[in-house]
Amino acid sequence: MHTAALQYIKPGDWLTLLLGCLCVTLITLKLWNGELADKAVIRSGGKIFREVPLSRDIQIEVPGPLGISVITIEKRKARITSDPSPRQYCVRQGWLQNSGEIAICLPNQISVELTGSKKKYDSLNY
Amino acid sequence: MTASTIKLDTTAEDHHIARMAAVALGLTVLENAIPSPLPGVKPGLANIVTLIVLARYGWRAAAWVSLLRVVAGSLLFGSFLAPGFFLSLAGAVLSLLVLAFAQHLPRRWFGPVSHSIYAAFAHIAGQMLVVYLWLIPHTGIAYLIPIFATAALVFGTVNGLIAARFMDNHDMATAETANGSN
Repeated sequence: MHTAALQYIKPGDWLTLLLGCLCVTLITLKLWNGELADKAVIRSGGKIFREVPLSRDIQIEVPGPLGISVITIEKRKARITSDPSPRQYCVRQGWLQNSGEIAICLPNQISVELTGSKKKYDSLNY
Repeated sequence: MTASTIKLDTTAEDHHIARMAAVALGLTVLENAIPSPLPGVKPGLANIVTLIVLARYGWRAAAWVSLLRVVAGSLLFGSFLAPGFFLSLAGAVLSLLVLAFAQHLPRRWFGPVSHSIYAAFAHIAGQMLVVYLWLIPHTGIAYLIPIFATAALVFGTVNGLIAARFMDNHDMATAETANGSN
């Protein structure tokens, strides 16, 4: 007895299949569209000091006119851990995760920007 | 009273569960012979047996068959208590939990295909959880999730179809001999 496979899919099963396809598509779009950053660009005095991948946990010391800023990369996130600037704006900004996010220490002329294959938004140029 | 052999009283149900677990084990061994493009992407043929047992004998029997298969399979491949064993176990346990709910879906509308897809998604969810919490605590594994999810959807559907087809054939065979029992 040769029967088509489709007859074993009941109406509810089609619903499940549709739901499954939708889930897979959404997950793929969310995780693969480059919103997750993969690189941190560290600038000192306007020039690129170093570009580091986010895949490895690392601590980097960057010298500026006021002293040394410490940048930490951990679990695909980056932040400025310590900085000699008086108001500590960049330190208090916390962890950067998405591509396009940036932390700037103006007094010490240091910035960290995350880049990926696609930018979610650009916090400098609207 | 000094019996040299221990004899356990077994019921017909025990024998049946053991037989089914053995079939599932055979499928696991078969599956391991198939090369996989990515570790972790496997068709999960043994779950066909779990699905059939679930539909025929209920959740308790399915849980027995599934867990026996995981433990005995790991002994067979020498991975008992190794990371691979816990991955299988986590997948199986979460699948069974989801199946405990999925089996109550109205039978008129939902068949083994639905059960299979839900179980397959639960399976990778359990595995990714163990991988993330224990083996590779790094968000980088998120990049692999779409691959695993796609595989779960495809293999879940195929396994469900095979299970449905098998039960249909079986029903027809018994119906012919017993003059319409189902």
